[in-house]
Amino acid sequence: MTIDHTLEIEHLTLAYGDRVVVDDLDLVVPPGRMTAIVGANACGKSTLLRSMSRLLKPVSGRVVLDGSEVHRLPARQLARTLGLLPQSPVAPEGITVADLVGRGRHPHQGILSRWTTADDVAVAAALDATDTTVLADRAVDELSGGQRQRVWIAMALAQQTDLLLLDEPTTFLDVSHQIEVLDLLTDLNRSRGTTVVMVLHDLNLAARYADHLVAVAGGRVHAVGTPHEVLTEDCVRAVFGLDSRVITDPTTGSPMMLPLGRHHRAAAGA
Amino acid sequence: MSAADVRDATRASSAIASAAHEVARARRARGRRRRTVIGVLVAAVVVVFVVSLMVGRTFYGPAEVLGVLLGHDVPGAGFTVGRLRLPRAVLAVAAGLCFGLGGVTFQTMLRNPLASPDIIGISSGASAAAAFAIITLSLDDAQVSAFAIVAGLAVAVLVYLLSKKGGVAGTRLVLIGIGIAAMLDSLTAYVLSGAAQWDLQEATRWLTGSLNGTSWPQVVPVLIALAVLTPVLLSQSRDLSVTQLGDDTASALGVRVDRTRLIVIVAAVGLISFATAACGPIAFVAFLSGPIAARIVGPNGSLLVPSALVGALLVLVADVVGQYALGTRFPVGVVTGVLGAPYLIYLIVRTNRAGGSL
Repeated sequence: MTIDHTLEIEHLTLAYGDRVVVDDLDLVVPPGRMTAIVGANACGKSTLLRSMSRLLKPVSGRVVLDGSEVHRLPARQLARTLGLLPQSPVAPEGITVADLVGRGRHPHQGILSRWTTADDVAVAAALDATDTTVLADRAVDELSGGQRQRVWIAMALAQQTDLLLLDEPTTFLDVSHQIEVLDLLTDLNRSRGTTVVMVLHDLNLAARYADHLVAVAGGRVHAVGTPHEVLTEDCVRAVFGLDSRVITDPTTGSPMMLPLGRHHRAAAGA
Repeated sequence: MSAADVRDATRASSAIASAAHEVARARRARGRRRRTVIGVLVAAVVVVFVVSLMVGRTFYGPAEVLGVLLGHDVPGAGFTVGRLRLPRAVLAVAAGLCFGLGGVTFQTMLRNPLASPDIIGISSGASAAAAFAIITLSLDDAQVSAFAIVAGLAVAVLVYLLSKKGGVAGTRLVLIGIGIAAMLDSLTAYVLSGAAQWDLQEATRWLTGSLNGTSWPQVVPVLIALAVLTPVLLSQSRDLSVTQLGDDTASALGVRVDRTRLIVIVAAVGLISFATAACGPIAFVAFLSGPIAARIVGPNGSLLVPSALVGALLVLVADVVGQYALGTRFPVGVVTGVLGAPYLIYLIVRTNRAGGSL
């Protein structure tokens, strides 16, 4: 098992220009667990994730990884511990799957050090874990959306970080591919102890797959805890401004949210 | 651990081992393709270089050319080859390398084949400054180079600042660059028309690029720029290729994107400006080299070196063709311009068809 890393956010305020997006936010990421960040559009959840991997400098407050502030760590050193898959990564034209996944090895290579067998093995393991070995020689631009997303995750896996942040890894995927990606992340969490932090849109999938839910509203943490603690009718109303019923998922026992639109409130007796 | 678990683990690790072999094989194949292309390009550059020393009003054989290159005293050839043709051919190679490197660096960094320094005004800026320094101020070669690089960097900063605000940086940047290039070209024309020693030779040099009348003092600064800036660019080549995955991904992979970009811009603008100060903005070489190199190398690693060699080959071939193959002697920029313009049209048409995103 990997060493447990601590990732803590203290009094974090983030802004784009004058617009404050995250306001004095505190959060502790539980090590070795799967954390899902949920919230309405533009509530600051992606911004929060970007700042955790130091893509965005805080206005005030700090993000602390194993006792050191991430914005002060050397870039490569941080990239060997903490990986991030952004929402819309760009694949250069014509690049092959194996080549793209190989880019994940970048933080492990110095300016002069050559590519080693360890790098080949890391790439192969990443391809194997994401079931993309058969695609290795294909060009990324000719893959389907689901395959492409698996390849990007493979690149993040090849980076071999103990913490992995993913910004909406299931967007643009149909339901079976969404499940496939979340299953893959669960495998990773269970077999390697990788700490996973992901921004998810689908509350029910978040409740099913995450050990730890963080509901963000207006740039602050509204609720944090187990899915049972967080996914409540009150919380959905406060975070999304939506009436809902929360029932127990008959298969997994996790909470399940049924939205109540204007036309369904009466039927639900709400 | 049960027997089934052990079996599963063994199967998984042997699958990974064989996949690792596949990965290594594919990687070596990519490397081989790249090395082969580089080898062939180097050979082609050497051959055309020697040929360009042989042909001219008087033809000299390979033995005589080699004699001059080795510093022997060859009667007749000593002056024509050593003093007239050699500096010209060396500048053709050096400027081609500069344009090829500078062009592909910008195209890679901005992820846009249209964003090459000769399209977005950097070459035009360097050229206008060089023309102004030579014709209006009568400065010497080193000062001209300094003028050109300051102007090149200034244009780069200006285009960046103007295109920074608002949405699609790529398209905006290219359009703003084209506008600025047009303004700077008219500035060059103004400098040329206002000068006493206005002549056709100078006009073609600063507007389309020419190697006519090249002498060693012009060549030396370009060679120094190459010697200093090429290692700087190559040291950033791996980081540069990672930035192609987008700023966020590159940053997550440990690349300091802003720092890499700054180093790379200064080095690329430097190469372009020094070369432009010596022979003008040889039309479209920076623009064409990268895409041609990409076609021959394929997606097999960094394009910096192949593109530099393609640039050198383009300038050498275009100069030989311009001088001897067309009846009248044309400056090199006219020939490369004829090659580049259709490709520019093709790119713009393709862009329009793809729905307007460059």
